[in-house]
Amino acid sequence: MKKNGLIKILISICLVLALATPFTIGCGPAAKYKIGISQLVTHPALDATRQGIIDGLAEKGYVEGDNLEIDYQNSELDMSLVATIAQKFVSDKVDAIVSIATPNSLAAIDATEGTDIPVIFSAITDPAGSGMVADWDNHPNENVTGVSDMIVVQDDVNLITQIVPNVKKIGTLYNAGEANSVFLTSKLNEACDALGIEVVEQTVSTSADVLAAAQALVGQVDAIWVGTDNTVVSGLEALIGICEDNQIPFFPSDEPSIERGGIAAYGFDYYDIGLQTGYMVARVLEADDGAVSIPVEKGEIISLSVNTAAAARMGVTIPQSLLDVAATTYEE
Amino acid sequence: MDFFTSLMSTSVYEGLVYGFVAIGVYFTFRVLSFPDLTVDGSFPLGGAVAAVLIINGSDPWLATLAALAVGICAGLGTSLLNTKLRINALLAGILMMVALYSINLMIMGRSLIPLLREVTIFDQVAQVLGMRADINLSIIVTVVLSVIVLFVLNWFLHTEIGLALRATGDNEQMVRGLGVNTDMTTILGVSLSNGLVSLSGALVAQNQGFSDVGMGIGMIVMGLASVIIGEGIFRPRKITTILLAVVGGTFAYRLFVGIALRLGLPPTNLKLITAVLVIIALAIPYIQKKLRHEWVPPAVRM
Repeated sequence: MKKNGLIKILISICLVLALATPFTIGCGPAAKYKIGISQLVTHPALDATRQGIIDGLAEKGYVEGDNLEIDYQNSELDMSLVATIAQKFVSDKVDAIVSIATPNSLAAIDATEGTDIPVIFSAITDPAGSGMVADWDNHPNENVTGVSDMIVVQDDVNLITQIVPNVKKIGTLYNAGEANSVFLTSKLNEACDALGIEVVEQTVSTSADVLAAAQALVGQVDAIWVGTDNTVVSGLEALIGICEDNQIPFFPSDEPSIERGGIAAYGFDYYDIGLQTGYMVARVLEADDGAVSIPVEKGEIISLSVNTAAAARMGVTIPQSLLDVAATTYEE
Repeated sequence: MDFFTSLMSTSVYEGLVYGFVAIGVYFTFRVLSFPDLTVDGSFPLGGAVAAVLIINGSDPWLATLAALAVGICAGLGTSLLNTKLRINALLAGILMMVALYSINLMIMGRSLIPLLREVTIFDQVAQVLGMRADINLSIIVTVVLSVIVLFVLNWFLHTEIGLALRATGDNEQMVRGLGVNTDMTTILGVSLSNGLVSLSGALVAQNQGFSDVGMGIGMIVMGLASVIIGEGIFRPRKITTILLAVVGGTFAYRLFVGIALRLGLPPTNLKLITAVLVIIALAIPYIQKKLRHEWVPPAVRM
């Protein structure tokens, strides 16, 4: 009985493998390049990035189905799959791995160690801080490069000084458990020090803490800035409510937050980041040494979005000069 | 054939490293009849502890052992909640799992610690053997560790304490009547189980290059599926073969995952397929017996 059952299972495994083989050994003419795209989870920003990558590659002459084969794998936040997918790409000997989000980038870099498969990451805020590259510009021993969605806090501070001319103190909220936020807050302090502006910080652990933290800033600051902190952005409405009630101008760092009621922000369109990544992948494929000599790039196309109604609610007006260059203007 | 070997090597490595989780789950669910959900929390706990120690300069082997020790503490927490505060086993596990999410964040200080630039146990073994730190090396390390753990466990389960542990799961009242302190056996068993799970977490974190606070989500499902598939395929009878079957079940499960990945099945469907697989594995004995007219309803059984 026992042996029969075992044999049956073994036979079915072999059958499945045999059936699976034609799917992977490739039906049709051999593609010139094979790329593995590893995505962490289905999410509008990440999906837009992936689409941008595919389109960017197509623009540079690498068309899917033509001379390019793309193996797209999404781990849907299953961490055990993240490593499996990276391993699969390495075993398949792809020409490059493109990874969208931090865990799968780290897994890809780890799995490709010792091989000559380049890894190009996309939409990672602080690649050096997470250990993906030793240095943005110079990483001679690492076949890794990519495009970061790091915001330039300096530009945001300048934006604030334009809309709130007499700003002396800027408040900020962030989750100290998010590495990117800690990094951005230090950048905020740098930028403000240079302009003689004082920074008042409040930390939160969950989005439920946002209300209390925002309340603590009332009467202490002339404006509030928030970086791309997932926790605070989740509890944004609470913060916006406090800002409107107390006439404190609020400046987030991404466009969706402007729609929700922030005044102005420079933001990335993740599709554009994807395009930029696609161009970079094309360069990596053409380079002799893969990604080694290609410096990490910041997202280039940054657009200004403003919300005139939010500005009115918080007691400031946006100068016409900014309204003229704004890519997106919200009016409610 | 490259496709076959790569699929096999990945599945073997994953079968072995997640096999510890399956053994831990087997211990609590089957041996102790204690439905322990702490696993989803103790797996990343192991990764967190190992990662924090490693990035602060500790020897990776010590860090891995520390992860094992901390995992035992987590199991201690769950079992104490159950035995001393009389909290229902299922609830105790859930409470511990929830608490561990915050604890893991506190330990790591952030949601993810990269381990790329650090020396892990895999790197050290690679250096000693003069090999590259690739999948084959991972297999070698996990095979050796699995053999050690399986030997120790097998020996332990044949000792008097081990037998008492096994008996506790079968019939607690009878065992207590025989003078065994079932509180102690429960505490011992649950702690040991979670220690193994944390060990697995530490190994996985070091091998994949990062420790993430969310890496435990779904571990209990994986463990259960592995145990049930292993029991279904191998039909083991003795404790020694059961332990091997459980690891084999993990291998089979990861093999199915690997095949599904290569077939292009979306991972969101993977959980559904896992559930279906487990349902089939659970239902087959019953269906077989029914077909052979050998099914005896529980009420009529002696």
